[in-house]
Amino acid sequence: MPELASGQALDTFPRLLVEHARVRGGKPAMREKDRGIWQCWTWAEVAEEVRALASGLAEMGFRRGDNLAIVGDNRPRMYMMMTAVQCLGGVPVPLYQDAVASEMLFALLDAEVRFIFVEDQEQVDKVLEIREQLPLLEHLFYDDARGMRHYTLPYIHDIRELMAMGRIHDRNHPDLLDGEVAAGAADDVSVMLYTSGTTGKPKGVRLTHAAFISAARGGAAFDHLGADDDILSYLPMAWVGDHLFSFAQAMVAGFTINCPESAETVMNDLREIGPTYYFAPPRVFENLLTQVMIRMEDASRLKQRMFHFFMAVARRSGAEILDRKPVAPLDRVLYALGDMLVYGPLKNVLGMSRIRVAYTAGAAIGPDLFRFYRSIGINLKQLYGQTETCAYVCLQPDGQIRFDSVGKPAPGVEVKIADNGEILVRGPMLLKEYYKRPDAMAEAINADGYFMTGDAGLFDADGHLKIIDRAKDVGKLANGAMYAPNYIENKLKFFPHIKEAVVFGDRREMVCAFINIDIGAVGNWAERRGLAYSGYTDLAAKAEVYGLIQECIEKVNAELLGEGPLADSQVHRFLILHKELDPDDDELTRTRKVRRNFVAEKYAPLIDALYSGRSSQYIETAVKFEDGRQGKVAAELAIREPKTFPIVRRAA
Amino acid sequence: MSREFGDAILDLRHVSLAFGGVKALTDISFDVREHEIRAIIGPNGAGKSSMLNVINGVYRPQQGEIILRGQRFTRMSPYKAARAGISRTFQNIALFKGMSVIDNLMAGRNLKIRSNLLQQAFWWGPARREELAHRAKVEEVIDFLEIQHIRRTPVGRLPYGLQKRVDLGRALAMEPNILLLDEPMAGMNVEEKQDMCRFILDVNDQFGTTIVLIEHDMGVVMDISDRVVVLDYGRKIGDGIPDDVRANPDVISAYLGASH
Repeated sequence: MPELASGQALDTFPRLLVEHARVRGGKPAMREKDRGIWQCWTWAEVAEEVRALASGLAEMGFRRGDNLAIVGDNRPRMYMMMTAVQCLGGVPVPLYQDAVASEMLFALLDAEVRFIFVEDQEQVDKVLEIREQLPLLEHLFYDDARGMRHYTLPYIHDIRELMAMGRIHDRNHPDLLDGEVAAGAADDVSVMLYTSGTTGKPKGVRLTHAAFISAARGGAAFDHLGADDDILSYLPMAWVGDHLFSFAQAMVAGFTINCPESAETVMNDLREIGPTYYFAPPRVFENLLTQVMIRMEDASRLKQRMFHFFMAVARRSGAEILDRKPVAPLDRVLYALGDMLVYGPLKNVLGMSRIRVAYTAGAAIGPDLFRFYRSIGINLKQLYGQTETCAYVCLQPDGQIRFDSVGKPAPGVEVKIADNGEILVRGPMLLKEYYKRPDAMAEAINADGYFMTGDAGLFDADGHLKIIDRAKDVGKLANGAMYAPNYIENKLKFFPHIKEAVVFGDRREMVCAFINIDIGAVGNWAERRGLAYSGYTDLAAKAEVYGLIQECIEKVNAELLGEGPLADSQVHRFLILHKELDPDDDELTRTRKVRRNFVAEKYAPLIDALYSGRSSQYIETAVKFEDGRQGKVAAELAIREPKTFPIVRRAA
Repeated sequence: MSREFGDAILDLRHVSLAFGGVKALTDISFDVREHEIRAIIGPNGAGKSSMLNVINGVYRPQQGEIILRGQRFTRMSPYKAARAGISRTFQNIALFKGMSVIDNLMAGRNLKIRSNLLQQAFWWGPARREELAHRAKVEEVIDFLEIQHIRRTPVGRLPYGLQKRVDLGRALAMEPNILLLDEPMAGMNVEEKQDMCRFILDVNDQFGTTIVLIEHDMGVVMDISDRVVVLDYGRKIGDGIPDDVRANPDVISAYLGASH
């Protein structure tokens, strides 16, 4: 274990920060685009601001063990606040910034927060909305002063005031903060992250410095991350992945985090920064590819032909070249040419020219999508992990990449498969506890100290872990055949025209599906066919669109036929929903996972219609708009029966 | 929110405007106090736009005078109005469609640029420093209106609602003390209208800019204005705070289409 100059081990984040400020004080630690220019904070400046923040908090009465909620987009000061809180032995609790006030209330009450740090007026207003229900709240800080002039409540403060106060406090008590940092221990809780709550109420997952530092060190060594790397930090700070990549790994490896100007400018900022290390959920990669494909269709003939020719070369040999496998010499030459003419410019447009390692996780990624990025030379890999394991369980080693597995157990992690197929995990990165939920903790950790992930999986012949489904979702059809809904849904979602799919079939005689079309891809498809539509509901109801989706489902059915026990899971009937599933209507979690049971209950008449053989069904649904107003969407939904393939069973 | 208004910054006295035999405005008088949001409403053809055009000197009234900060203008011209700190937006958007948002906003600061064409062509010394300072101001406007993501997009490629916002930005780039808005919400959907309302209120609140606006959407007008002037057939039929105007029988009959 490396040591601080003062002899303390580098085993907490505040000590790591002090060390970075000492070793690479002048190097950039954080950047943020503001007023059109990338503003930079060096490690020394970050350390100074963190010190001011922490001293200010101490002055305000923040105590060891207190929780402090952080709500906002990725901004340097939000990350600094995490370390500042940790300096005092407190626990930062980042919350999803797009949650509505009532959703935030649960976590704020559960964590008993006295201090909240929010980004701007919008978030302040949310807190004020639920102020009456937060008797413990003492101080509310904001980062962006815009529109805050008229907020005169005595407990609302500009973060600059806190820092100014902190600097004075620091001058008067020069040893206090160093003492607090020295008093921190590796097995103190460093952060509390709330699980997204696919099932039941969110739980506060308490993770220690030791856990996150071991996960970050393991990952950084695995991918050779160093102080010169750049990452774009644009995913919610409340999500474990962002905490690992943008906070823990940056603190361990000493690389630079870059915060975008606003959520709308992420693509532009990505291009300007050209990160070397990049993380995105599959849907981001998918959106990027969709945009590229749409633009290619509008390109000139020559460009189109060049694109398709070289993409064929890349499909043939790109991934092999990336994996350093043998490739025919002609293809090697063509690939080099293609890199100059197509892949290079394409990567540049995507902002991925400098990427050494890109990760995706959180959902299954389509084989075509995965292969596309790898074939143009982007080292896209998958990882597997959950909030309880610091998002660190399996990683794909360079050169051994497959789209249908998540790689090998990461350094320091033990993985085994239980008899029921559930994946069990043990290692230093495990959670310390669920906040105030010893019952949940007892359920999650088995007698041997393994964390039960709740995922069903298996190891293939090369020792790569393959995830099939959630263990509890794996069910049986009425005839006893295995039924893995997510597996089928993912196959459906791999088609660019399908945005979401929800399948039903547990203990039923056949599998049926709800489909959400992708308004961008299908809209473009419709436009090219001169098909007029007025909005999502209208487009979704078109017979032509039904035909398009039916083709996709029939392809999936053909694939499922070849997959042994899953052949019975072919989709027999489907309908296209009249509205997009939306987190605001509680149909998706904030991380955009379908809440299956909720959807099943909400649309019960539709499920009845699917299974009762009707050819259409009328439905009326209440929706919440972004500004909080309520409305209604009603439609008569058609139900179609795609082709299914007869299963030939060999006589036993 | 407590609001404080200064004295009348703009005073229109007995203004009459006719195009040939058509009387667009007949003997209109009203004042605008510093820091207030003043709305001009009225049915189609009531003379609202003409009124705005009189204020910034596009039309020259046959009778009446305009008193701006105690200074009397019988012959206002657009140039004088701009120099006096009046900027405006247009109902049908006045932007250079082929130029980016930034360039359009920079154009909005034209009046404040001191360096000459030659200096700018070589982008030398003071001209360079000056442009950087102007660019910083423009970035403040961009930040204020939350249009960072379209900074470099040609205006013609933007949806209508955003073009309206850029048009407001172009007017704001001049750092006006009086802002004239000609139907800022026309053709917008509910969400865009809400955004625009918020920006108008924020401009008024943060920069203390006096705002004179014309608007059709009565809900919007009544919500955001401090005082309202009502015109009908070129005559003033009401003037006062929104609640009084709403209760005014002449206004009700004009809007409900009672026979004249």
